[in-house]
Amino acid sequence: MLGKLNWSAIPIDQPIPLFAAGLVLVIILAVLAWAGIKGYYPYIWREWITSVDHKRIGVMYVLLAMVMLLRGGTDAIMMRAQQAIAYHSGGYLPPQHYDQIFSAHGTIMIFFMGMPFVIGLMNLIVPLQLGVRDVAFPTLNSVGFWLTATGALLINISLVVGEFARTGWLPYPPLSELRYSPGVGVDYYLWSLEISGIGTLVAGINLVTTVLKLRTRGMTYLRMPMFCWTTLASNLLIIAAFPILTATLTMLVLDRYAGFHFFTNEAGGNLMMFVNLIWAWGHPEVYILVLPAFGIFSEVVATFSSKPLFGYRSMVMATMAICIISFCVWLHHFFTMGAGPDVNAVFGIASMIIAVPTGVKIYNWLFTMYGGRLRFETPMLWSVGFMVTFTIGGLTGVLLAVPPADFVLHNSLFLVAHFHNVIIGGVLFGAFAGYTYWFPKAFGFRLHEGLGKTAFWFTFTGFWVTFVPLYAAGLLGMTRRLQHYDVAEWRPWMIAAGIGTILLTIGIVFQILQLAVSIRHREELRDATGDPWDGRSLEWATSSPPPVFNFAITPDVHGEDAYWLIKSHAKQQQITDHEEREYKDIEMPRNSPTGFVCAFFATVMGFALIWHIWWMVVLGGIGAFATFIAFAWRDHDEYLIPAAEVARVDRANLAERRAAMSLVGSAP
Amino acid sequence: MTDATLPYVAHGDPHHVRGMQESVIAHEGPAPKRIVTGFGFWIFLLSDIVMFSCFFASYSVLLGQTAGGPSGAQLFDLRSVAAETAFLLLSSFACGMASIAADVRSVRWYQIAMAVTGLLGLGFLLLEVREFTDLVSRGAGPTRSAFLSAFFTLVGCHGVHVTAGLLWLLTMMAQVYTKGFRADIMRRMLCFALFWHALDIIWVAIFSIVYLIGSAT
Repeated sequence: MLGKLNWSAIPIDQPIPLFAAGLVLVIILAVLAWAGIKGYYPYIWREWITSVDHKRIGVMYVLLAMVMLLRGGTDAIMMRAQQAIAYHSGGYLPPQHYDQIFSAHGTIMIFFMGMPFVIGLMNLIVPLQLGVRDVAFPTLNSVGFWLTATGALLINISLVVGEFARTGWLPYPPLSELRYSPGVGVDYYLWSLEISGIGTLVAGINLVTTVLKLRTRGMTYLRMPMFCWTTLASNLLIIAAFPILTATLTMLVLDRYAGFHFFTNEAGGNLMMFVNLIWAWGHPEVYILVLPAFGIFSEVVATFSSKPLFGYRSMVMATMAICIISFCVWLHHFFTMGAGPDVNAVFGIASMIIAVPTGVKIYNWLFTMYGGRLRFETPMLWSVGFMVTFTIGGLTGVLLAVPPADFVLHNSLFLVAHFHNVIIGGVLFGAFAGYTYWFPKAFGFRLHEGLGKTAFWFTFTGFWVTFVPLYAAGLLGMTRRLQHYDVAEWRPWMIAAGIGTILLTIGIVFQILQLAVSIRHREELRDATGDPWDGRSLEWATSSPPPVFNFAITPDVHGEDAYWLIKSHAKQQQITDHEEREYKDIEMPRNSPTGFVCAFFATVMGFALIWHIWWMVVLGGIGAFATFIAFAWRDHDEYLIPAAEVARVDRANLAERRAAMSLVGSAP
Repeated sequence: MTDATLPYVAHGDPHHVRGMQESVIAHEGPAPKRIVTGFGFWIFLLSDIVMFSCFFASYSVLLGQTAGGPSGAQLFDLRSVAAETAFLLLSSFACGMASIAADVRSVRWYQIAMAVTGLLGLGFLLLEVREFTDLVSRGAGPTRSAFLSAFFTLVGCHGVHVTAGLLWLLTMMAQVYTKGFRADIMRRMLCFALFWHALDIIWVAIFSIVYLIGSAT
């Protein structure tokens, strides 16, 4: 009746996961109860869960990413603590549990922290920067988000029902085959990524179509803000790479569920094919994450230097070059496979070449800052911290791209330090920069500056104190994923890394504090201008938060830095008052529960597939199909906002804006 | 207003020289819905083709790995495959007819053409199921060898797409029956036609790479 599921799936004998799961459950129930008592359910359902507004969906993506950051971060703290303790002893985590933790840490941080964070920011900002009212496929956008959330939910269910994979964040066969991993851990991994992978693909299709087909009048390709370009490149990579992940995981699913022989040791299976396929997705994935971050830094550096981005066209070229070359380097993840010197040399050189466009970008940011009027507010701090950190991480990457060096450093902590150096220094710093930079746009008030800066300095210092020791330990020969060790020279480095983790944790605590304090003091931090940083692109041309239709009248674009041009034009012409605008009715897509309902059935189906509950699989499938049919039979998918209402909203926003501007205007 | 009145424009990068006045509106704004929908669906099809290319790649890698079991030359029945191909290509022709019928808003011809498309698609599917069950009954199922795993996955994935296409086709017929040729339904029809034709393209690749080359060796 319930497949493989029975009471033994609950880890009663393991206090740590049980306690963690209990705590999470209590928090979730408390939040639900609080929302219920306050009577927020109808509001949350109407305005958020069923929302197809790209801004709301973007915010929900970022929220999901932040919650998952806490989960993945907790895993990191546990691992660092284990390695600091486990010299000549077993530490406090048994091997099975430790293996699950490092697998879950990687999986969650890449798929459910990094991806939702960048996709959320792209969703929130790109339509605004393009000067349009929504993304190309609003309901599909909601489906994509909720499928991502489904994946995150399934992984977190594995904490308390059953187990998670013990295979590392990429489940290499034959370890991940049924014979060597008979439990449900790998199945949790497979199904949560298959489902969230569909969500990611949907988001990719949506954003590419939005950038290529929905731009306001005059917004030619070479007038788009850099963030739109990197969004385009990143989502093109999603479209080309995520189907590879889906196909590869499907093959592993067939091996495990139906006795196929894609990657088995018997009957002619080829496990190296898995490694090749997974990295043909995996390396572009690195750039899917980091390209949007590059875009964020481009926006932030230009804004806080009060200068146009230096070398805009070379930046576009570099972005698209990375987009293409990223598909030609995957083999550097397994130089030791034995492909021979020629193949290794080709991929080694390609891996070094891809550092060139990245270097171009670093110089462009530096020259943007050169001679600018610099303002070191929190987003800018993250950006400068990124430039230092990412450059060093990139250099250790070029070192690893040399095959002979890689033979020595392969699977060592040096490698672990390298990719954390680029992913934390690149993606996470970028995500935090974007979060502080665009927060006022999303919510209408700024984040507390002092707490933000404190968080930055703790995170920045904590990062180096954590990962320099890992470089050192790696050079001393320490391999990754060790549950315990007996080498005395490694010990001090592990303790140092543990101390760094404490600093990183303090950084995160300050970020949470910053959010809480800013919400409490939102009236003092309110931004009525819609343009708190003296921005350059169109997202600052509307109020904060923007009305549901983004722009009462979609803007005409006359050059790069569209909003900066509008502002200087207004200053030149001494325009203090807006000419009487002519408002028109606006059609907007109606909200729809399709995404949420669909994800509900996907969760049921995923859970049933993991536990081999076949009747429930069928039920979930029928439910999902019925949801689509119901959606397809809707008669009204849009509603009209009458011109009078648009005028009312817009005039109120303009009045507020003018009042704020005249206050600001008196200052020099 | 001239360029000189915009100080940063004059002194910035060379590509910033263009002032506001002389610039023409070179881009006319968002594309109409039909274009957006069609374009998005094309991109989906491209991603789908990337997925198929992975299965093609794995098939090519595992082609010789028969583990002492039968190879393609011993298994494939080209006559049955030829019939499948004929069914699928004819169904695409019928699907084209349905598109034309939709363009001229003829419900009767639309339903007839779609029904023919569906029946031919169903015929294809039945032939494929017959081929698969025949192979399994001869002990050449997907668990026999890595080659057969790859074969069943690649061809089966196409079959699953055809099945999904049939479900979609029935939905389209029901939608036109209940709602007529509304703009959103016409857009869905555009996507369906693209999907159905893309399955042809994939089948042509399967026919050549799997069956023709496979039965020769």
